[in-house]
Amino acid sequence: MADATIGLWTVPLAVFGGAIRVSTPFLFVSLGECITERSGRINLGLEGTLIMGAMSAYGISYLSGSPWLGVLAAGITGALLGALHAGICSLPRVNDIAVGIALMLFGTGLAFYLGKPLIEPTAARLPAIDFGWWSDIPQVRAALRINVLFLIGVAIAPILFWAFRTTRWGLLIRTAGESSDAARAMGYSVLWIRLRATMVGGFLAGIGGSFLSLFYPGSWNEGLSSGQGITAVALVIFARWDPMLCLWASLAFGGAAALGPALQSVGVTSGYHLFNAAPYILTLAIMIITCSPKRTLTGAPAELSITR
Amino acid sequence: MDFRRISRRHLLQGSAALTLGSALGISSAAAADTTIGFIYVGSRDDYGYNQAHAQGAAALKKMPGLKVVEEEKVPETDAVEKTIESMINLDGATLLFPTSFGYYSPHMIKMAKKFPKLRFEHCGGLWSDKDPANAGSYFGYIDEAQYISGIVAGYSTKSGKLGFVAAKPIPQVLRNINAFTLGARLANPKATTQVIFTGDWSMPVKEAEATNSLIDQGVDVLTCHVDGPKTMVENAARRGAMVCGYHVNQSPLAPKAYLTGAEWNWEALYPKFVKMIAAGEAIPNFYRGGLKEEIVKCSPYGEAVSAEARKHADDIKAKFLSAEGYTIFKGPIMDNKGKAVITAGTDRGQKDPELEKMDYLVEGVIGATS
Repeated sequence: MADATIGLWTVPLAVFGGAIRVSTPFLFVSLGECITERSGRINLGLEGTLIMGAMSAYGISYLSGSPWLGVLAAGITGALLGALHAGICSLPRVNDIAVGIALMLFGTGLAFYLGKPLIEPTAARLPAIDFGWWSDIPQVRAALRINVLFLIGVAIAPILFWAFRTTRWGLLIRTAGESSDAARAMGYSVLWIRLRATMVGGFLAGIGGSFLSLFYPGSWNEGLSSGQGITAVALVIFARWDPMLCLWASLAFGGAAALGPALQSVGVTSGYHLFNAAPYILTLAIMIITCSPKRTLTGAPAELSITR
Repeated sequence: MDFRRISRRHLLQGSAALTLGSALGISSAAAADTTIGFIYVGSRDDYGYNQAHAQGAAALKKMPGLKVVEEEKVPETDAVEKTIESMINLDGATLLFPTSFGYYSPHMIKMAKKFPKLRFEHCGGLWSDKDPANAGSYFGYIDEAQYISGIVAGYSTKSGKLGFVAAKPIPQVLRNINAFTLGARLANPKATTQVIFTGDWSMPVKEAEATNSLIDQGVDVLTCHVDGPKTMVENAARRGAMVCGYHVNQSPLAPKAYLTGAEWNWEALYPKFVKMIAAGEAIPNFYRGGLKEEIVKCSPYGEAVSAEARKHADDIKAKFLSAEGYTIFKGPIMDNKGKAVITAGTDRGQKDPELEKMDYLVEGVIGATS
């Protein structure tokens, strides 16, 4: 440990580091949910998917010794849960929000049940890439130890943005989300499109979970998610179903989560409950500023059960 | 309709179990199998509060003639009453340990009134004269072990900055922070403890962020008071800082970084309770103690602890164990705003009720209670 202290610089540095460290699960879940919702369905079960992903990644990494196998397992678990959601929602007169809540509870409960023997052992963790080699300040080096998953997430956001606009698949997903009649008229099965969109969404959310258990905070326990999955689902609405905005919103949420502890560490001790609530206050403020009674939310897919 | 049927069935089962309970239970505990029920609020292998109790339960399992039933993740609602009833009615439990703080009132009290011949022991020190006589409450003065951790931390820190990741500013947590700091300043009068409150008992991401922020500030020895210290211990060790544990021994998680820790010693207390019952003695309704009474203990020293630190810590530990005891909160003590909270000449001993109302942080702690 170096003796050098960086005083008040801790706060911006912690917010910056926190944006990178804490945002990854938000990013993956919100990008996944973005795909699902663009196809016209809401999967609230992603909180359960996130926790199942975290548990299965930890378990597979522990048993196989390879954290990357764990990430893959988390993705597959997520995709299966997504398929389950889409499968149930394909039945007539099933409400996707209700199924989502059921799957959220199911995923959480199943992960706690199966994860019982995993609380004690220590699994192999994902490696970090050291981007801070140029700096002598240990705090900066620590903040710049970045995980590959974060970089992948950051790369997915613009790719998705591009794919929604210019690719055939993007167009199909959007068609299913905007007007299922139009998609049917073109000869495509809406249920099939939504099944795949929900599975891809689940896959990404599962990977988000693997980041929680395999990198940061970096172990499996039952309080691991503390609502991050459901926050990320809300974040999609906040980001107006735009993958690039999902990226910025996730970074803002990550940074805001680091704000409370960082301010306390430099001696700003009053009102830490308020600072801890910063992400939620931010959400509320933006929702209030951007809402209007005259129109539905801009960017909302027309087929979503909340806007229909 | 349905409800009424179930409650009548419960009544029948209950009275049957009561007869059974009084037949094999308290009066002849040594002879027949006694069933003991443990209820945890979380997971029993959490490297924290619940694991400490589960280790106590494991010690009972080794004793002959005892059967232990356990249930995890029981919320602090009327769910715990249902668990207690089913342990009594279906498993025949005659001694129950609902271990979480919030189980006590009204849930455990209600059950103690309903089953007056069975014994209920609650962890938390909440019993008062108005409560049923078959209910008891026990707790440990774990600040004594935190004081020892503080001494070791004071010798081990190079920067003189210690960190404390705490859940909520309630008296019991503040007492631990203060004892840790007073111990550290015994070893190194210039040492400071930076405290971060996360706001709740189990917030892994916040705890990890708090740990990182503290280390960014130059803190090189950390401890905590949250339900599961695993997150803090692992993240601090990864950043190269040293740690003092809490609740149970976390050294398997970070063998090189682990200095010592404040642990519960339920594996000593619970067999003691059972032996008292078997011998026909009454367990005091209000049972408390510290290092001397073997309710709390210190983890074995890690390899990084210097000989000087070991000697000083062992000396103070010996004083705690001696007949005259040792007082941590001995005046004059100033709070971190410069106010005298314990005046010169005043000794606030282990059992002083004033300490239960602690609402200040002592000099040397950086942080505020609100």
